[in-house]
Amino acid sequence: MSRSLLLRGGRVVDPSQKLDAKRDVLLVDGKVATVRAKLDAPENARVVECAGLVVTPGLIDVHVHLREPGEEHKETIATGAAAAAAGGFTAVCAMPNTDPPIDDPAAVGFVAAEGRRAGSARVYPVGCISAGRDGKRLALIGEMVEAGAVAVTDDGNPVMDSGLMRTALEYALAFGIPVADHPEDLGLSLTGHMNEGIVATRLGLPGKPNAAEDIHIVRDLLLAELTGGHIHLQHVSTRFGVESIRQAKARGVHVTAEATPHHLVLTHDAVIGYRTDAKMNPPLRAAEDMAAVRAGLADGTLDSVATDHAPHHYDEKEAAFAEAPNGIVGLETALGIMLTRVVGEGVIDLPTLVERMSCAPARAFNLPGGTLAEGSPADVTVFDPKETWVVDPRAFLSKSRNTPFTGWELTGRPKLTVVAGRIVFGDDEARPRRRRGER
Amino acid sequence: MTPTPAALGKDLVGLQYLSADQLRTILDTAEPFKEISERRIKKVPVLRGKTIVNLFFEASTRTRISFEFAEKRLSADTVNIVAAGSSISKGETLVDTARNLEAMRIDMVVMRHPASGAAQFLADRIPSNVVNAGDGRHEHPTQGLLDLLTIRDRMGRVEGLKVCIVGDILHSRVARSNIYGLLTLGAEVAVCGPPTLMPPAVQELGVQVFTRVEEAIEWSDVLNVLRLQLERMEAGYVPSLREYNRIWGVSNARLEAAKKDLLVLHPGPMNRGVEIDSDVADGPRSVILDQVTNGVAVRMAVLYLLAGGQPERAEAAKQGGGDA
Repeated sequence: MSRSLLLRGGRVVDPSQKLDAKRDVLLVDGKVATVRAKLDAPENARVVECAGLVVTPGLIDVHVHLREPGEEHKETIATGAAAAAAGGFTAVCAMPNTDPPIDDPAAVGFVAAEGRRAGSARVYPVGCISAGRDGKRLALIGEMVEAGAVAVTDDGNPVMDSGLMRTALEYALAFGIPVADHPEDLGLSLTGHMNEGIVATRLGLPGKPNAAEDIHIVRDLLLAELTGGHIHLQHVSTRFGVESIRQAKARGVHVTAEATPHHLVLTHDAVIGYRTDAKMNPPLRAAEDMAAVRAGLADGTLDSVATDHAPHHYDEKEAAFAEAPNGIVGLETALGIMLTRVVGEGVIDLPTLVERMSCAPARAFNLPGGTLAEGSPADVTVFDPKETWVVDPRAFLSKSRNTPFTGWELTGRPKLTVVAGRIVFGDDEARPRRRRGER
Repeated sequence: MTPTPAALGKDLVGLQYLSADQLRTILDTAEPFKEISERRIKKVPVLRGKTIVNLFFEASTRTRISFEFAEKRLSADTVNIVAAGSSISKGETLVDTARNLEAMRIDMVVMRHPASGAAQFLADRIPSNVVNAGDGRHEHPTQGLLDLLTIRDRMGRVEGLKVCIVGDILHSRVARSNIYGLLTLGAEVAVCGPPTLMPPAVQELGVQVFTRVEEAIEWSDVLNVLRLQLERMEAGYVPSLREYNRIWGVSNARLEAAKKDLLVLHPGPMNRGVEIDSDVADGPRSVILDQVTNGVAVRMAVLYLLAGGQPERAEAAKQGGGDA
């Protein structure tokens, strides 16, 4: 028997088809069947009224840390996937800096299988660039791709050896996957705990200068140009970095790049008071950098929004600043932050937001989705652009609570997340049923 | 005694957020306490019955002893905890250490910690008063206060003076506390040292920057010379201690160009022949031992005020007229 879901009367925003209009969306057997102004519900179809809501191709986050295997006290693939669905994401790409790292086909298979078992947002494994993530020699990239890896990265660590980075970019060409890099010259930044500048000087914390990131961004762009490989630059945070990518794209270098919600709305001032929930890598930077990241997002230099969702146990963040780990959770606040503070402040419009959070990430990592074209996977996000809510980390489905956005009032909230035609969030029949704390 | 608003808050974490009035209150309160240390019986009952823990996660001789004298001369009960050999070195977190101390019903903690922000961290989590005895590179407020007191004693004022801090500003909590305190009290402040030991964007703190120590000396009414730690050379910030002395060392030869009544301070412990030559340290411009004496009085004042003591009652309190 066919499974049908009709999303009726929402504002459908699908930049892949240049569509922004009131439409009905019919999903049948895990695929998008029809998108039309008025559709009759087929027999046995479930109908969800979407009047006043926005319906988009499922959001995709190409940069999350799900911590499994090895750090299940912070997050598991199942809780991470549930948090993703609750945030309106239909797919996430799981970074390989686990313990042990995801550097062989068996480990990739484990992540993919656990993701399927979770039955929530899709979980795409990302493999390591180097065996053991030690930056010395290539991991089994070809076999990992066969097992389901969609990209490679040593994220968490930069690839310090430029020769290895060149080799990875060349070798990955055989498989058509991006090589993602966390750009950071550790020689300049290893002792740092926040952005270098007046705030760090006042707090007496050693800093990480912009140059640490800039040098590796430029290096990676040069190596992509040299090899013809696809470099994906993660969480770009500096003005010079944005400008360098802009110029490289103009030259035709195969580069894609991320902006995180936090680098779009926070500066290093958020650290004042030694707030460990504002500690991440790359660090929150100066106001000029935030402005440049915003401009980069607006003109497409930074093509994708990615959260760098980085769960940590509260014990680990409850420490002196220098001793606390880097990273914040982002999946369950990203859409609200982007709608309220990026779209709401006129940096980009709503269709561009959908482009940056769905279409572009799908293209960058060659993932199915990112479109509601007929025949594409029935991965759909529905959100209420008007609902106002206050961020309460206790209600997160993620295992972790480390967010700098506690107490922020946001406008725009995920209501329904559909993966392969099945509701995975926002519905009584979905599991987990509701956000914690809601009746 | 009727409760009146405390002159300070619950804690003394740094000088950055203290007002000029608060700074002056501490310095004024320190004045009557100086005399106690000159008595034959150096003890007054001001903090009788109060329990103070000196929690030192980093080696310290001068500061720890100075605090301990201040506490004992005010009749507090004190316990010293040093990191080596305690549960701290067995991996207990700062949160747990704090909670355990609290469970023993203490009144105050004086803490030194290698992490910037550790004092604020502790202060936010326990109801006891917290006194920062140095946290990482952040602040060392009682050192800043004793420097202010020493300068005020000798020069009769702080406002309008030109004070230059010389040396490793980058790693120095003493420099930061001095900068904040001096600026708030209306001094002009400069820093001088190798560019590798200058904090990024330091001029945004409101200070002038000298690279050449000769220029700094000519400009200054007061020089505060910081210790150059051997580790800085090992970490490559300066090529050698000898070179540092030749280029940035404060010597009598260099002081010939100085104002006649220039004061020289040093927070100790000194590296004679590195940042300061012996003829300067032992010479007439040096107030280094006055700083040490004033340190005890300033710490007594801070403890007294945090315990709820009223500045105007300090004189009476020390006569044994009442508890804080």
